[in-house]
Amino acid sequence: MNRREFLFRSIAAGAGFTFLHSMFSHKTKLSGKGSGSSVVQITDPFMRDGNDLDEKKLGKILDEGLSSLYNSASPGEVMRNLFSPEDVIGLKVNTLSGPRGSTHRELVGVIIDKLLAVGLPPGNIIIWDRSNDDLEGAGYRINMDNRKKVRCFGNDYAGYDKRLYLNGSIGSLLSRTVTDVCSAIINIPVLKDHGIVGVSLSMKNYFGAIHNPNKYHDNHGDPYIADLFELPIIRRKTRLIICDALDAQYEGGPPFKPQWNWPMNSLLMAFDGVALDRVGWEIIEKKRMENGFGSLESAGRKPQYILTAGQKNLGQSDLANIRWQKVEA
Amino acid sequence: MRRSLQISRRQFVTGCGFFSGSMLLNSVVGSANLLQGNSDGTDWHRFEARWYEKSPYKKVKCKLCPRECVVDDLERGYCGVRENWDGIYYSLVYSRPCTYHIDPIEKKPLFHFLPGTEAFSIATVGCNVNCKFCQNWQISQIRPEQAQSFDLPPEKVANLAKSEKTPSIAYTYSEPVVFSEYMMDTAIAGNREGIKSVMISNGYIQEQPMRDLAEVLAAVKIDLKAFTEKYYKDVVVGELKPVLDTLVLLKKLDIWTEIVYLVVPTLNDGDREFRELANWAVQYLGKEVPIHFTRFHPQYKLQNLPPTPQKTLERARQIALAAGLHYIYIGNIPGHEGEHTYCPGCKKRLIRRRGFLVEENLIASGGCPFCGQKIPGVWA
Repeated sequence: MNRREFLFRSIAAGAGFTFLHSMFSHKTKLSGKGSGSSVVQITDPFMRDGNDLDEKKLGKILDEGLSSLYNSASPGEVMRNLFSPEDVIGLKVNTLSGPRGSTHRELVGVIIDKLLAVGLPPGNIIIWDRSNDDLEGAGYRINMDNRKKVRCFGNDYAGYDKRLYLNGSIGSLLSRTVTDVCSAIINIPVLKDHGIVGVSLSMKNYFGAIHNPNKYHDNHGDPYIADLFELPIIRRKTRLIICDALDAQYEGGPPFKPQWNWPMNSLLMAFDGVALDRVGWEIIEKKRMENGFGSLESAGRKPQYILTAGQKNLGQSDLANIRWQKVEA
Repeated sequence: MRRSLQISRRQFVTGCGFFSGSMLLNSVVGSANLLQGNSDGTDWHRFEARWYEKSPYKKVKCKLCPRECVVDDLERGYCGVRENWDGIYYSLVYSRPCTYHIDPIEKKPLFHFLPGTEAFSIATVGCNVNCKFCQNWQISQIRPEQAQSFDLPPEKVANLAKSEKTPSIAYTYSEPVVFSEYMMDTAIAGNREGIKSVMISNGYIQEQPMRDLAEVLAAVKIDLKAFTEKYYKDVVVGELKPVLDTLVLLKKLDIWTEIVYLVVPTLNDGDREFRELANWAVQYLGKEVPIHFTRFHPQYKLQNLPPTPQKTLERARQIALAAGLHYIYIGNIPGHEGEHTYCPGCKKRLIRRRGFLVEENLIASGGCPFCGQKIPGVWA
């Protein structure tokens, strides 16, 4: 038994309800504000063998990140507490930007390994995004119907729920993957700059869940992105956010631009999407400064929608109130 | 009166199912049987846009509508039907209507354009605004890949219109500005066959494309949604000024134009707004421009408001007539006296309508048979 397991078991035995409370309060944490929203930034500078990601190391930092996020629980326990074998889990990747600018398949692979270890049948795991074309373009293999394997398909296959979801500035049809197919979602965005809305992170990633994202880029996405993220069905089903910052981009996004992309070798993990986005924004700002670019505000695309989401109590947007844990593996 | 197309399925080569416009509104979204790409299995049809500028780093700037979307590689503009592909901007809906139908021209509505005739009416998906009251949002607010579509190149549309003996082709239902290339080429093909083209639009378009289109169009109907910028910002997600500029441009270009003003209770139904609109129209468009005040019904995002009271429409009509406008109509109230055309000279009724049906048309040689007053419009 390692130290972490010991610690977890001690806590569980001595004050079982504490962890039980933690188990069932992830939804509370998602709504975050004032509850000490945590964002774990875990980095392994040596996770590559040449250009290839070392999946063992990737799995290791994923475990450590989960444990840190869940206060020293073992990663397996964390996954068991977040998901049950009956769940149908949608892995919302971001695949608009081709093979080099999208959610890494290797990361998705290790997340799937963790879910399989919990006892989920492969067919209960679905990798999804806007379209089959986007997924294939990012290197994912489409599997629409074979439930013996992990499935993978776009909204163009799943279709859209016929109900119009209205909230504030938005009125959209939601992918049936969200409304009907999945009971839970792991949101796996990419850490990147966005030429219109400032940054594209976890909240913006849900543009891939609706039929009309083109309508919501006005005013730098504010308040559209926050209004979409406020939809109860999205908030209820989002159980975990793992932001792919293995390769991140501080300028020229969302398309992949090698000159502004850097190997950050990190994952950002949180239950609070607003807090995670606020941290991601800060990372991009810092990198821009290091490389002689002005702030996003000076570039005319401050991601105000993140602050709006904070004001709407969807999560914590004040950096001073975010527990930003930087962990190096 | 509507009539169905007498066209065999084989004339449409996409292989997708036939559906009428009304069926389409209920079926295009959420269908498990979406058409992906072209019927031959190749990727989505792309047609290079005509009105855009290339920018560094493969960005493009759309010059079609006043939004001037700056679009990154692999992204789309606000309309959702134009995509940047490796630094080149493409229309994704050229030759790809999602619906077609034969409608009475009165349905558009155009009351001074070949009354009692039918228009071969087509639309692609997409729109460059997002009106909260949109009655066709299931096609206007979606993207090409979310709808079934037909493969109807311009020449084919013209041939179909010719075989159906419709004197006009109408670009309608959604927003034809977003498929301007297709509209323009279809209008050219139609003109070759002696078939006129009419654009049923929100008028939210830049000057150059409007000038280019005006070369081939015979008439335009503009939805003037309100007469305040606030309404355009809050309800339409657009701007008023460019629409007014379009109306002035059409007048200058001498294209027959009619205006529709959808009266939405509490949002754009004030006397002052009606008066300002009417005075502006008299000043910049002349007394002869027809304006249709039409009844709102709860739709889309505006489900919380009642239908427009008839008295509100009558009040709008009276204000506009008092301002000096000659042809003020009331729409969406079949049987109302405001549906008819009256001679501004002798006040006699010249065209009697009921809904979209022309029951009597007395206009002769473009004028009043009683007093000889010229009645503006396209009559033959």
